[in-house]
Amino acid sequence: MTVAKVVRGRTWKFGANIDTDQIIPAKYAIYSLDEKELGKHAMEGVPGREGWAAQVTPGDILVADSNFGCGSSREIAPIAIRGAGISLVIADSYARIFFRNAINMGYPILQSPQAAEGVSEGDELEVDLEEGIVRNFTKGDEYHCEAFPSFMNELIHMGGLVPWVRKRLEERRQLTGTHS
Amino acid sequence: MGMTMTEKILARGAGRESVVPGDLVLAKIDFAMGHDLTIPPAGRIMREQMGAEKIWDPDRVAVTQDHFQPAKDAASATLGRLTREFSHDMGIKWYFEVGQGGICHTVLPEHGLVLPGELVVGADSHSCTYGALNNFATGIGSTDLACVFALGELWFRVPETLKFVYHNRLKEWVEAKDLILYVIGQIGVDGARSKAMEHTGEALRHIDMEARLTMTNMAIEAGAKNGIMEFDEVTKQYLDGRAKRAYTPVTSDPDATYEKVFEFDAEKVELGVAKPMSPDNYAPLSEVAGTRLDQVFIGSCTNSRITDLRRAAAVLDGHKVAPGVRLIITPSSHQVAIQAEKEGLIGIFLASGAAWTTATCGACLGGHMGVLGEGEVCLSTTNRNFPGRMGHPKAMVYLSNPAVAAASAVTGVITHPGEVLKKMPAGIA
Repeated sequence: MTVAKVVRGRTWKFGANIDTDQIIPAKYAIYSLDEKELGKHAMEGVPGREGWAAQVTPGDILVADSNFGCGSSREIAPIAIRGAGISLVIADSYARIFFRNAINMGYPILQSPQAAEGVSEGDELEVDLEEGIVRNFTKGDEYHCEAFPSFMNELIHMGGLVPWVRKRLEERRQLTGTHS
Repeated sequence: MGMTMTEKILARGAGRESVVPGDLVLAKIDFAMGHDLTIPPAGRIMREQMGAEKIWDPDRVAVTQDHFQPAKDAASATLGRLTREFSHDMGIKWYFEVGQGGICHTVLPEHGLVLPGELVVGADSHSCTYGALNNFATGIGSTDLACVFALGELWFRVPETLKFVYHNRLKEWVEAKDLILYVIGQIGVDGARSKAMEHTGEALRHIDMEARLTMTNMAIEAGAKNGIMEFDEVTKQYLDGRAKRAYTPVTSDPDATYEKVFEFDAEKVELGVAKPMSPDNYAPLSEVAGTRLDQVFIGSCTNSRITDLRRAAAVLDGHKVAPGVRLIITPSSHQVAIQAEKEGLIGIFLASGAAWTTATCGACLGGHMGVLGEGEVCLSTTNRNFPGRMGHPKAMVYLSNPAVAAASAVTGVITHPGEVLKKMPAGIA
């Protein structure tokens, strides 16, 4: 799995400190192994956003303010957002476990205080993931994203932590001369 | 250049002489934990996607059945079964079945599984709890845990360290919970985002290990990567006869670099709560006293260890839960429940009209046994009160210490424990 270089979509705008219980209420953790089902309930815990997932068009972009994804470690938070059809998340900043989980999944997320401030709900964006540039067609603005350390970019490009571990396991097997 | 405790542990794990904040390191893991919500995906990712067949070291892994167990519905039963089967297949040494363990963050310290100087990860955000025992402990996701299972190592960004110094001693009635709620109120739910919180100072010398665990438990509520404390006589005594491995404590160098140093006068901290809908929405108790309640919950990895239950029982002894209010008490582990039974605490709880449950996360995350309905108001000894955390998004949750919770259950409104009990008995306070 590789990530598209350029993503285009319509935006949904969320506030600051959206925690994982709002992104996917704990009661849906029973669907931990079912991304589609999780997607149906994404952001359901955000007051005023009941039924949000049904309005998402695949490819839409989620933009949020600071500390997005704070709270629990549940990986079903980014999984639910992906399951709802969101192609990319842009936030002012992320809580660290949400950030790790998204990178480990190979799910593209970007950090851009400029975009978080400038984008309104419904704006049409074009995002160049390689260059880290967000173009807002609705407003005619352009925002820059903060660069991630190269190892994180490498993980996203590889498709996440799974292929990275597979590669490392293979290297270890070759070193020890064992096969499985 | 000197290093903080956090930096030293990550440097050792990475096999390096030194590290500085911002470094990305691949570090060896000393102990790992998962539970009934995070083991099923981690197991599947490890075996089906990463192609690993066994765990790097089954003696260094603990698994608890705590979040939705005893199974709250058929789907949770499936997660419990997958967790059980994976633990069995992998030969995980520290597997805790329903009725024999309890909440991971109480179970691991009480069994001496997470030790000073170690690098510990848990697929649960409150894994930062263990840092009170002088280790680096942090919460990770299920893919991270699968990586640890497969390789015994994981990537980390070395965090900047924030130092929190607590001068003087806490006043009568004021607990570690009040102190950490106050601190989070001061710095905000992202005040320590991705950073290390190093707690030190005189006030900590005078609180026991369980109170310290309450403080490091809530590091994540300030957005921190980990919370960590120094090794001292209290740490040593807690671990004597308990530690399952030899350990080497770690200290911060005198010339270590801190991004910022916060100083607090512990003596000035009042009894307090976090008001709805965020753990940083701090208010002194006096500001919210009299708030009407539907439910009081004493439970969770934050505040339901034996010392917490002793204080709650001291307040409840000889009193009844107020009409119109329900009090639910959930011990945080099976060992805590056994000890509560020995000390006669359970009899006090039952006589007061409280519901006493098995050890589980239960109502804390709106799982079962005390989920809140629309518009209900709850005072809870737990750690989070974001919208929907304990049930309906329009339920209102206040966070407090256990003595305040017990007193409020007796009166039916948020109440200072001094109004119900003249003085907390010596040895319990």
